[in-house]
Amino acid sequence: MNNQQLIISGVGGQGILFITRLLAETAMAKGFHVLTSETHGMAQRGGIVISHLKVGDFSSPLVRPGQADGLLALKPETVPLHRHFLKQEGWIVANAPPLAIVEVAHPLSIMDADSLALTMGNPQSVNLMVLGRAIAESGRLFCTAAEVEEAIQRKLEMKKGPLDGAMAAFRAGLGATP
Amino acid sequence: MDRIDPLLMQGNEAIARALIENGCVVATSYPGTPASEILSGVMSWQKAEGVAMHVEWAINEKVALEIAYAGSQSGLRTAVAMKQVGLNVASDPLMSAVYLGVTGGFIVISADDPGPHSSQTEQDSRLLAMLAKIPVLDPDSPGQAQELVALAFELSEEFQVPVMLRPTTRVCHACQDIQPAPVKKLGRTADFRKNPSRWAATPNFRYRLHLELNEKLARMAAYGPTAPRRLNPGARANKAIVASGAAAGHAREIMKNLGLWDNIPFFQVIQPYPLHSEFTTEILRDFDEILVLEETTGVIEMQLRDRDKVRGKLSGAVPEAGELLPELIEGIIAGFAGVTVPAVPQPPTGGGRRPTLCPGCPHRASFYAIKKTAPKGIYPSDIGCYTLGANLGGVDTVLCMGASVSQAAGFHHAYRVTGEERDVVATIGDSTFFHSGIPPLIDAVTQRSRFVLVILDNATTAMTGNQPTPAVPLAGGVPVEISSVVEGCGVRFCKTGDPLDLPGFTRLVKEAVEFARKDSVAVVIAKSPCLVDRNRPKLQRDQVEIDVTCTGCKVCTSQFECPALVFDEATKKVTTDLLICSGCGVCMDVCPSRSIKPREEKP
Ligand code: SF4
Ligand code: SF4
Repeated sequence: MNNQQLIISGVGGQGILFITRLLAETAMAKGFHVLTSETHGMAQRGGIVISHLKVGDFSSPLVRPGQADGLLALKPETVPLHRHFLKQEGWIVANAPPLAIVEVAHPLSIMDADSLALTMGNPQSVNLMVLGRAIAESGRLFCTAAEVEEAIQRKLEMKKGPLDGAMAAFRAGLGATP
Repeated sequence: MDRIDPLLMQGNEAIARALIENGCVVATSYPGTPASEILSGVMSWQKAEGVAMHVEWAINEKVALEIAYAGSQSGLRTAVAMKQVGLNVASDPLMSAVYLGVTGGFIVISADDPGPHSSQTEQDSRLLAMLAKIPVLDPDSPGQAQELVALAFELSEEFQVPVMLRPTTRVCHACQDIQPAPVKKLGRTADFRKNPSRWAATPNFRYRLHLELNEKLARMAAYGPTAPRRLNPGARANKAIVASGAAAGHAREIMKNLGLWDNIPFFQVIQPYPLHSEFTTEILRDFDEILVLEETTGVIEMQLRDRDKVRGKLSGAVPEAGELLPELIEGIIAGFAGVTVPAVPQPPTGGGRRPTLCPGCPHRASFYAIKKTAPKGIYPSDIGCYTLGANLGGVDTVLCMGASVSQAAGFHHAYRVTGEERDVVATIGDSTFFHSGIPPLIDAVTQRSRFVLVILDNATTAMTGNQPTPAVPLAGGVPVEISSVVEGCGVRFCKTGDPLDLPGFTRLVKEAVEFARKDSVAVVIAKSPCLVDRNRPKLQRDQVEIDVTCTGCKVCTSQFECPALVFDEATKKVTTDLLICSGCGVCMDVCPSRSIKPREEKP
């Protein structure tokens, strides 16, 4: 892998910062430089939140439209809002009920993480499920499932409960059938 | 110290780390996006490194600056952090402190928000640095912010002036792999040297200080370490690009992508004011065309005194409002270099969703009660999460910190003198009340203003990430009760209620409105904690469900607007989004047909 540019979006409260930083730390553990850009302040109150993540050699924290390798959409509505960031061969992984999104130009993988999170009794874990779903499409992200799991472990090692919940959510995404 | 591995740090955390690394002893701040994480970063690094410091969330930016400045007058390294509009509040002491100068290094960090993403204005703090006549450093990334903090302390001590560090949102809220440096132990102790002719200078001495300051500025414009940096020494052309701050980071990457890096000389300005004089002379001598990229005003451009050669904001080549996004810079650079770039894919028009108060936020209930009680009232409001009450029709004006109180008085007087009585119900958050709501409340009492002030007391500074307030200080602090402050201001009606008890709270607001109509200013303290405050235990409350009697009247979704209530077009009834319902139960009192009940089955 050379450089990778990702957009992660959804609404405030979904834990977008958490998975952005998790991926950034996974990249650092592999020896890459990283630059991210986060949304804070007013928009975090239920508005649209977007993170940019650039792994490799960059000097700007922002992804330009038409340059992203992938889009992780934690809400179906952010797919039309942010797909213009994708380059021609860019891919999308989205949290959406079956058939909720129509997409012809870019390869799309979806999972209904909202329903799964409710069934698992873990409403705060949609973010990690979608990340797991993205990793399940092999060769797309710069890292492997094992590398992400190590990063989760490092991040939450002091907190047993959240760690187990996070691992379960990530693995549920990883194993979700398309 | 052992070498630490690189860590992922947000720009604000990198600034905080650098303050500790360079022996900062006093750090103060008032929270405001995008600067809020600087002081919390200082607190955690201070703890991790075990250094003795005074670190405080001050009541407002003016107080914060004055406290840190006194530390510097005592010979210690100190810093104050705020957002750009906070600097307006702190500008009074700043202007004066510049004349008097400093002893220990003193950094004023003012974070700008081009866009704006989370601010009232896009003002450029570098202009305020020019007005105050202090040097300002403009980092392009978290890593460079770390470097420039060290440089700012040196510059400040070398010339005995306060130094401004001006990061922008894309620096503050970018994360990067950062190599922490060892923590310097300067071993200084406070040593204030009395010198009233300097520290308490009279006007005629101030003139001499001003001359001294001008002389310092001339020397700072020749100070080597902050000189503009030529980043691609090999490139040769009759054109050059000059950039600073986040725009410099975008520009470098774009020039490389467009294959221009080896062709067009690129200069990064580290210190936009005062711009180095030798650089100014040379660049105007050596190049025919110069493009300047900077945010948000043309501060560098202004100092390049040649309107024929220089392209930028003043010349119209670069937009004068809004963020300089990389896609914009790409087009500007391509045009300047005479190369073509493919069209940039455009975002859709419309779509998105506006921010809204959290599901179960007590402010929503307060606004609902206010609208019910004084439907024809004027509702001045203030800066905080509750600004979002505008969506609910509960906020008519938002000006600046504390203005809700003075504007409420202003509206009352404007109507009264022209012969009409109008209910005025203002809202202000607890932290904002302490910040600048107290003087106008005293003014209201003195001037016999009649309005209702609802203080939305959620025991935290919510919008910026739950910093403490004077009523709920950090461990070791002494709490100051809001009600005793209000009574101390001379207010004769001051009652506290819980907005989540909607019927009871509505009665209380009604009582206050009636009091204000005939007597004087009335204060209601709406007391209920913020839901996302991590410093409090999470409440365990029953979520709600909607039964078959729902008539689909939409009162709860359109007038109360809890985002956890969703109107289902198929069934024409409302349902609960169980992923986000917090179980506050207020909607049960809002529903006219009483169709909302506590949920039986637990998720
Ligand atoms: S963060 Fe707290 S105060 Fe702000 S909207 Fe949410 S519940 Fe309300
Ligand atoms: S109980 Fe009602 S008002 Fe409160 S969060 Fe749930 S749906 Fe919203």
